Amino acid sequence: MAGRDAPAGVADDAGARDRRTVLSGVLFGAGIAASIIDLFVFHLGLQWHHFYDLSTTQVALAADGLFHAVGWFVTVWGLFLLADVRRRAEVSWARWVGAVVVGVGGFQLLDGVLNHKILGIHQIRYGVDLLVYDVVWIGTAVVALVVGLVVLRRARPGRPGGAGSA
Amino acid sequence: MHPHDHVPAAGPPLLTVVAVVALAVGAAAYAVGLRAARARSPWPARRTLCWYAGLACAGAATLGPLAEASRASFTAHMAGHVLLGMLAPLLLVLAAPVSLLLRALPAARARRVSAALRSPVAHVVGHPVVAALLDGGGLWLLYTTGLFHVAHGSAPVDVVVHAHVLLAGWLLTASLVGPDPHPSRASFRVRATVLVAFVAAHSVLAKWLYAHPPAGVSPADARAGAQLMYYAGDAVDVALMVLLVAGWYTASRPRDLATARVREHPGLA
Repeated sequence: MAGRDAPAGVADDAGARDRRTVLSGVLFGAGIAASIIDLFVFHLGLQWHHFYDLSTTQVALAADGLFHAVGWFVTVWGLFLLADVRRRAEVSWARWVGAVVVGVGGFQLLDGVLNHKILGIHQIRYGVDLLVYDVVWIGTAVVALVVGLVVLRRARPGRPGGAGSA
Repeated sequence: MHPHDHVPAAGPPLLTVVAVVALAVGAAAYAVGLRAARARSPWPARRTLCWYAGLACAGAATLGPLAEASRASFTAHMAGHVLLGMLAPLLLVLAAPVSLLLRALPAARARRVSAALRSPVAHVVGHPVVAALLDGGGLWLLYTTGLFHVAHGSAPVDVVVHAHVLLAGWLLTASLVGPDPHPSRASFRVRATVLVAFVAAHSVLAKWLYAHPPAGVSPADARAGAQLMYYAGDAVDVALMVLLVAGWYTASRPRDLATARVREHPGLA
C-alpha cells in the first residue's frame, strides 16, 4: 500500500479518491466551458464573439488572457486527475458527470456575471439587445449548476447507485 | 563580421549564413553523439526524429520561402515566430540532447558536464521563472518597442533576435517539460504557475498586436498575424501542458501499482 510518504498527496482512500473525482470533473467542466465551448460554439460556430472587440481596457485584456490560459490548463489537468482516479479504482461516472456539469454551469455563471457585466471583457453578441442574451446565458448557467449539484448529490458515496456501491 | 552587413549587398543575408552553419553543426553533432553512444542501450528513435524535426522547423523559419516572405508579411513573420520560438524548442527539448551528450562522452568528461549543470549559473538560468522572463521579456521588447523595426533594417540585430527567440524558447521549454537531467527542477506547482502565466502573457501580447500593429505593418496583416500567433501558440501551449501534467501523472504513480507493474514487466523498471 502506498503510505503517507507517497508523492503528491496520493489519494488511496475512498474519501480522497471521491474528492479527486469531483475535483477532476469540476476542473474539466470549467475548462471546456472556458476554452472549447467558447472557441467552437461562440467564436467559430455562431461567430457572435470576436477575437478582440478593441473596446477592452488593459485590465480586462490581462484578465481575459489569464482566463484563457487557466481554461486550457484545468481542461488538461482535470483529465489527468480522472486518469489518476481510474488507475487506482473504479470511477463513479455519475459523480464525475455531475461534477462536469457543475463546472460548466459555474464557469458560465462567472463568465456571464464577472466577465460580461462587471469587467466588460466582451459581450455575448454585438448589435443586439443584450438583455435577452444575458438572461438566457445566466439562466442556463444557473440551471446547469443546480442540475449538476443534484446529480452530484444523488451519486454521492454510500447511496444506492452512488460511488462506492458498485 | 563585416561592418556593412546591413547594407543590402550581393551574397546571402547574414541570417542565412548563420542559420545554415548552426543547423549543419546541430545536425552533425547529434549524429556524432549517436555514433559515440552506439555501444550503450538503444537510443529511442523518436528522440532522434524530434531533433531533426526541430532543426527542420528552425530551418523553415530562418531559410527559404517563409523567411523570405516574412520580410514583407507580418503573418509570415508570425508563422516563423511560432516555428522558431515554440515548436522548434519543444522538439529539440524532446530530443534530450544533454542525455545523449552524457552517454556519448567518456565518464570523466561526462562528470564535468554534470558538474556544470549543477553550477549556480545553470541553477539560475534553468529556473522556469528566469527562463520565462527571458523569453516573454524578449518578445515584449521586440513587439512593443522599435526593436522589430530595427531588426528588419540591421542584419546583426536580426540574427541576435532570431537566436534569442530560439534559445530563450528552448530554455523555457527545457525548464518546464525537459526529459534531460535537471539537478534543480522546480516543483510541479511552480512550473504549472509559470506555464499558465506565460500562456496568458503570450495571448495578451497577441491581442495587443491585433490592436497595435508594429511600425510598417498594415492593420489587416497585423490582425491576421496576431490571430496566427494566438491560435498556433495555443496548440503548442496545450502540448506543453499535456507534457507537464503527464510528468506529474507518472511521478505520482501509486507505489503498489508501480511494483505490481514491475513484477509483471521487469523491463519497464
